[in-house]
Amino acid sequence: MGMPITIEITDNAKEADLNKVFDYFRRVDVQFSPYKPNSELSKVNDGLPREKWSPEFVEVFELCEQTKMQTSGYFNIEHNGKLDPSGLVKGWAIQKAAEQLLGAGFTNFYIEAGGDIQAHGVYMPDTAWQIGIRNPFNIEEIVKVISIRGKGIATSGTYIRGQHIYDPHHGFSDIRHVKSLTVIGPNVYEADRYATAAFAMGESGIAFIEGLPGFEGYQIDDNKIATFTSGFEDYVATAD
Amino acid sequence: MKKFIVAVAIFGVFVVYSLGIRHQNPVIGKPTSLATNNPPAAATTSSGAGSGTGNTGATSTSSSSSTTGKYKDGTYTGSVADAFYGNVQVSVTISGGKITDVKFLQYPNTHQTSVIINQQAMPYLQQEAIQAQSSNVQVISGATFTSQAFQQSLQAALAQA
Repeated sequence: MGMPITIEITDNAKEADLNKVFDYFRRVDVQFSPYKPNSELSKVNDGLPREKWSPEFVEVFELCEQTKMQTSGYFNIEHNGKLDPSGLVKGWAIQKAAEQLLGAGFTNFYIEAGGDIQAHGVYMPDTAWQIGIRNPFNIEEIVKVISIRGKGIATSGTYIRGQHIYDPHHGFSDIRHVKSLTVIGPNVYEADRYATAAFAMGESGIAFIEGLPGFEGYQIDDNKIATFTSGFEDYVATAD
Repeated sequence: MKKFIVAVAIFGVFVVYSLGIRHQNPVIGKPTSLATNNPPAAATTSSGAGSGTGNTGATSTSSSSSTTGKYKDGTYTGSVADAFYGNVQVSVTISGGKITDVKFLQYPNTHQTSVIINQQAMPYLQQEAIQAQSSNVQVISGATFTSQAFQQSLQAALAQA
């Protein structure tokens, strides 16, 4: 996946437990990296027929098709005739990895990959997991602290100035003023795919999240103004 | 002219059908066969010809019917229409000059959900100026340098498309 991955387990865990999860992510990278010429994704884009796809690839592809339909095409993995499911694979893989840890008996942990997070249980007996939302204008700063338990968070965004965002419906537009959109969802797979789709909607993305039951969002625009959904503040950690 | 009317009728049936679809969570749908309630016996009364047994419907030949019906009996296949999420193609069966059956030969295999950018949601959204917080956190959510580079590369590629 070409990105750093962080796992923190509060319960007693051995290095071997963590390594199992890292190994899983390495396998996901071998399959889905758009940068590796020998990844399964690259082979599919070079014409590998569907009969030869791995079950995981088929699963991801079908989930992408479903997400495309549920978002009226705003989630679209096809770019320039090639497929790139990165906007779903990240959350999907974290979700699977979290399920592995839960299956292994761990209850208090988070997994973070590329800014997407799934958190379970608590950080300490009296302290929930605290997650910071990065300031897109100053990546060393945090502009919001939220607290989640048994939920997922994904942030779509770009810190590149003046970048045109490709909207599958309207082509290129430089009217998009959204710098980042953070979505809280029932799990990180859901949060990631909807954050990806909603980001492509530009300023309307946050309204889309508002309309989705069980999801909250925090959208930061060019003017350093944040627009957030009506239930978002339930997750904001209160200052001590 | 008759083909045009048949085409409009097929379209009309499709429009009525598609309006009936609820735009909610996608459901795997299967092609359905729509049949109108015209009983085949109607063909007998409208034809005015032949013996008492009359026609039983779909297999009637043109010579014994259609003198009073609008359409020529038979089964017609419509063109493939692009419904955005897939193709739609119908075939319609005319008996006794009336539509007695419509079948979907091609059908988008899932119902699509319309994204409602709900303008009514707007009043519920709140706004604030972003402010730096003390960073007492275990982990941070945000776009990373790697995904930035990916985006940059992707957009540059798309610019050539």
